[in-house]
Amino acid sequence: MIAHLLYNVLQALVVLLFAPLMAGISSKLKERLQSHRGPSVFQPYYDLWKLFHKDEIVSHESTWIFRVTPYVVFVAPLFVALLIPVLTDYPLFFAFMGDMLGGGFILALGGFFATLAAIDTANPYGPMGASRTRMVGFLAEPVFMIVFFTVSVVAGSTIPYIVQQRWVHPPANFFDPAHVLLMIAFFMLILAETGRLPVDNPSGHFELAMIDESKGLEYSGRGAALMKWGGAMKFFVLLCIFLNVLVAPWGLASSQSFTAVLAAIPLVLLKMVLCILALVGVESSFAKLRLFRITEFLGAAFVVCVAALLIRLMEL
Amino acid sequence: MPDPHISVTLVNELNLLAAGLFLLATFGLVATRQVLDCVALFAGQSVLLAASAALLGHEAASDHLYAVAAITIVAKALLIPWLLRRTASEAVVARREISQVLNIPTSLLIALGLTILAYFLAAPLRAAAPSGQVGVNLPIGLAALLIGAFTVTVRREALPQVLGLLSMENGAFFAGVAIAPDLPLFAELAAAFDVLVIALVMGLLTRKLHERAGSTSVADLTDLREE
Repeated sequence: MIAHLLYNVLQALVVLLFAPLMAGISSKLKERLQSHRGPSVFQPYYDLWKLFHKDEIVSHESTWIFRVTPYVVFVAPLFVALLIPVLTDYPLFFAFMGDMLGGGFILALGGFFATLAAIDTANPYGPMGASRTRMVGFLAEPVFMIVFFTVSVVAGSTIPYIVQQRWVHPPANFFDPAHVLLMIAFFMLILAETGRLPVDNPSGHFELAMIDESKGLEYSGRGAALMKWGGAMKFFVLLCIFLNVLVAPWGLASSQSFTAVLAAIPLVLLKMVLCILALVGVESSFAKLRLFRITEFLGAAFVVCVAALLIRLMEL
Repeated sequence: MPDPHISVTLVNELNLLAAGLFLLATFGLVATRQVLDCVALFAGQSVLLAASAALLGHEAASDHLYAVAAITIVAKALLIPWLLRRTASEAVVARREISQVLNIPTSLLIALGLTILAYFLAAPLRAAAPSGQVGVNLPIGLAALLIGAFTVTVRREALPQVLGLLSMENGAFFAGVAIAPDLPLFAELAAAFDVLVIALVMGLLTRKLHERAGSTSVADLTDLREE
């Protein structure tokens, strides 16, 4: 029991420490793929270090929401990390405290506060970005719901530790059409939710075209660092849900020993780098969609996962 | 030697997967805005049809179905896309924004509704069917048939309409390989050749149309008089 609690805390620590590295690798790979040299993969750590040592400026017009938000955004992914399998393929201490739906709600809480904070300062770009993020969020929500419904129909549960075992026992289940269609739909969701290219351009610096980025424009110093770190952790957690729960629990520790759990860290990171490579490939080969085409992108994701549900419901 | 039970479930799952992706490609034909992508999706759909036929052939140990798979690959996945690209003029094939009567999310939702309808239509037939694979292929094939017909009605351009028609034919075959695995090979060959000729004629027609009228938009072709 104590070991399980320890591993659970270790999972949260892994998310905390390696999330900026994944963000760094993502931007490095993207630059390399486009024949640029790109910043070092440790650049996000330097950025965080710099931001933590700078003064923070908070507008007089803003309320407590603006000050609380960075902490909510920072903490929410850490809570989710307690619920999902990051390193092990057996349930840990907090595994049954919440299911995937619960994790989704906790992540959404962070997004909700970020939206409120963007409106709070009355900076003209903040509310615009916030309302656009909400638009993408509203369109992504039904897809998330159907993904969870399909998962619960197929695996009989939405507890991530139970779901991940369903896809590999027996191995033929991996080719279950519901599984493959779910993977496609969730991949599209990750692109939309983390503000990546067909939906949003994360490296753009033009405020009028921003969707996700403009919410954090008003933050400086420690607030900006926490927002940035929280965003990186949200990406890390979503990748964990995708790779460890929805794809397959490959590379995760299956024995109780401490060394096995430690050995799982590089394997999980390797899996993530491969997935990031796919994400970067998509990002480098698509142009950004016009704002009202995002409906079509997420509509397609919706149809894909409804097809998964339909095939599963009708076959059995 | 692998456990026969496992290998049968693997074939089942792979066939289901081919069916799922086949349905996805059919949805794609409704929702894509670019003509070239439509052609590529049609080729992909045909490959999946061939995969399903080969898997069923493996299960039933039937050479006919392997032949069907081979014919499908050659005729539909290679020859028809090539023919369409060759015969229809560059301006038609490279069109990027095809207009539709309904917007894309609505069309996709209607296509979903058609799929559910197909499952209900196929339900009594599936209950009467002896083999397990009919239950997979029949409703999906029927759905592709209905969605293909829907594509023909909703697209305003000639070439995507042709592809809708061809996707209807694919859907019929997809259901057919499960229902009648021992169809004479001659019938398959004739059908494949037929489709090839249809594609050729349609391609040439759209080319002429584009030369004469400057557009292949069906919406503009409401009367036959010369101005």
